Amino acid sequence: MAQSFQTKETPQSVESLVNRDYAAGFFTEIETDTVPPGLSEEVIRLISRKKEEPEWLCEWRLGAYRHWLTMQEPRWATVEHPAIDYQAISYYSAPKAKTDGPKSLSEVDPKLLETYEKLGIPLREREMLAGVAVDAVFDSVSVATTFKGTLAKAGVIFCSFSEAVRHHPDLVRQYLGSVVPVTDNFYATLNSAVFTDGSFCYIPKGVRCPLELSTYFRINAAKTGQFERTLIVADAGSYVSYLEGCTAPMRDENQLHAAVVELVALEDARIKYSTVQNWYPGDENGKGGIYNFVTKRGECRGARSWISWTQVETGSAITWKYPSCILKGDCSRGEFYSVALTRHYQQADTGTKMIHLGRNTTSTIISKGISADRGRNAYRGLVRIGKGAADARNYTQCDSLLLGSRCSAHTFPYIEVKNATAEVGHEATTTRISDDQLFYCRQRGIAMEDAVNLIVNGFCKAVFKELPMEFAVEAQRLLGVSLEGAIG
Amino acid sequence: MLAVHDLEVRIADKPILKGIDLEVGSGEVHAIMGPNASGKSTLAHVLAGREGYEVTAGGVTFDGEDLLALSPEERAHRGVFLAFQYPVAIPGVNNAYFLKAALNAGRKYRGLAELDAIEFLNLVKEKLKLVHLDEALLKRAVNEGFSGGEKKRNEVFQMAVLEPRLAILDETDSGLDIDALKLVAEGVNRLRDGHRSFVVVTHYQRLLNYVVPDRVHVLSGGRIVRSGGRELALDLDAHGYDWVKVAAA
Repeated sequence: MAQSFQTKETPQSVESLVNRDYAAGFFTEIETDTVPPGLSEEVIRLISRKKEEPEWLCEWRLGAYRHWLTMQEPRWATVEHPAIDYQAISYYSAPKAKTDGPKSLSEVDPKLLETYEKLGIPLREREMLAGVAVDAVFDSVSVATTFKGTLAKAGVIFCSFSEAVRHHPDLVRQYLGSVVPVTDNFYATLNSAVFTDGSFCYIPKGVRCPLELSTYFRINAAKTGQFERTLIVADAGSYVSYLEGCTAPMRDENQLHAAVVELVALEDARIKYSTVQNWYPGDENGKGGIYNFVTKRGECRGARSWISWTQVETGSAITWKYPSCILKGDCSRGEFYSVALTRHYQQADTGTKMIHLGRNTTSTIISKGISADRGRNAYRGLVRIGKGAADARNYTQCDSLLLGSRCSAHTFPYIEVKNATAEVGHEATTTRISDDQLFYCRQRGIAMEDAVNLIVNGFCKAVFKELPMEFAVEAQRLLGVSLEGAIG
Repeated sequence: MLAVHDLEVRIADKPILKGIDLEVGSGEVHAIMGPNASGKSTLAHVLAGREGYEVTAGGVTFDGEDLLALSPEERAHRGVFLAFQYPVAIPGVNNAYFLKAALNAGRKYRGLAELDAIEFLNLVKEKLKLVHLDEALLKRAVNEGFSGGEKKRNEVFQMAVLEPRLAILDETDSGLDIDALKLVAEGVNRLRDGHRSFVVVTHYQRLLNYVVPDRVHVLSGGRIVRSGGRELALDLDAHGYDWVKVAAA
């Protein structure tokens, strides 16, 4: 799925770009075929060949596949779903043609449209998000080109994974799978075998990335599909803030999503990774919805390096993800800030792992779970202090907020300490929105739903303040829309 | 303005108010006094629309409108304000944000444009002076970690910003030392403008030394057993509540 950046002109407006025809040759490198459902060495070789990958990468995929065949789906999470038939999935498909999906917004679930309205999503973007086959998705080509210029000046590499394999094979080969090994877990191993595309980012030594990197500006993002692969490498002394996702509920025909994200921070490097995830959660009866089984891990490889994960998870039928930090470098630091909201029949099993290996390593975990209706929310976290991690420190705070009486919240904090000099602190609370709080707000003139919003946003504040400004504003709004009708 | 007529209220089948009549005119200050468990706070809560109370007889009108048929926020929009005896903490929500949401909800109801951040800030800075509160208070979470005095002054500050037509003060003096009491009273007095009405619920008459009422009502056993002028409060102070209980018997 290579994309050629041939557009030179800067269009007047998004509208004009949307309404124009394709520029000639815009899409030349994109294959138009789809391989039949099923997974085999054959299929993997085919994917690799279609992507014109080097031999080593094909072998890497095959190695992952062979290992995957020996693995079982994990059963320890507190989530339930019907069995997934991995032979029924098509592992390679070109971008959807216009004949796929709804043909116009009039064919899209009115409830989804209502949500876009409330979130203030521009009309053309609504079509894209709802899966209507339009050209709007390619708006970002020009945006991306502009940004690429700025990034190139700073020496930052930010491109699709496929491009990286072609143009920066050494970097990819050096770091791919170095944080999440091919044998890591069922879904990550599957991803390693069949991933189709994703993002690659490299920040050179001493460079502070001049932009907040967002997948929104990365043209291929919308179509990378089920098995996305992201690799971010921050070289010594560099800094990057990476934003992933979108507040609008995204529809996708693919029910299973198994992405892998790897971060590498070398000496004194800092990576801030923010996610707002709002995949289609299914309807209020629990029908449909995305299974989001993601492996995200960062390694603080160098001394004094820093990796911070912030996530706001409101979408997906099932969320299974544990953005983690391996604190290898001395004095390195890992952070995890999370808001996970589940309602209707949504299930979330999410948390983090902080693996302290280096001396004086520190980590902070702030997790806020909100459950409404029949939503199920679990925090699952591991803090491991290795033998050599002298004077390591961790602080964990897990708060759960329940709305209504049929939802549930669970907390599974695992703590393993192998060094006596470590200090590990864990605090957990489970609360409901109190009638007193609601009455207080309403007595001041704030309507019921606004009051619920206000209180929930207050509950999440410690996490929202970690998000980049405009992302935080969007996230607050998203939470409000997601909670509509949850009380009262 | 406010007319309470033969109001009877139960909590879980237990009668608390057994027929209250009360008329509060525009610009008047009425004190409701009474011993513990006489139903003072219940009256304040029922007027503000708190759930959990069953009105079994009588009614309440506010400017001729059936107040009891309205939701708490609708009552607020019509100008009813309750200064809470125990102001509630809302973690993570800063005072300024909370108050702006409240103010703009009311303005929206009245068909006025919502205030933007700068207009709002200018307004609240003025009002903070009324109760001698520091601007830093705006950035703190609503009532979280506030001292008792700060909480009560914050209630009066909110009242000053929201400019209600009827303010109900539910034991606003409880737990205050004399200096804090004076500050609160001063704030309340500066909001007396000849139009705004007050219902001051209190156990002790000392608040009434500073917020001087037009009428004093003594509530006992769910009934108003005595009504009078300001001097009634002084008599109570001298003789204690047993005196009215005996007098009423």
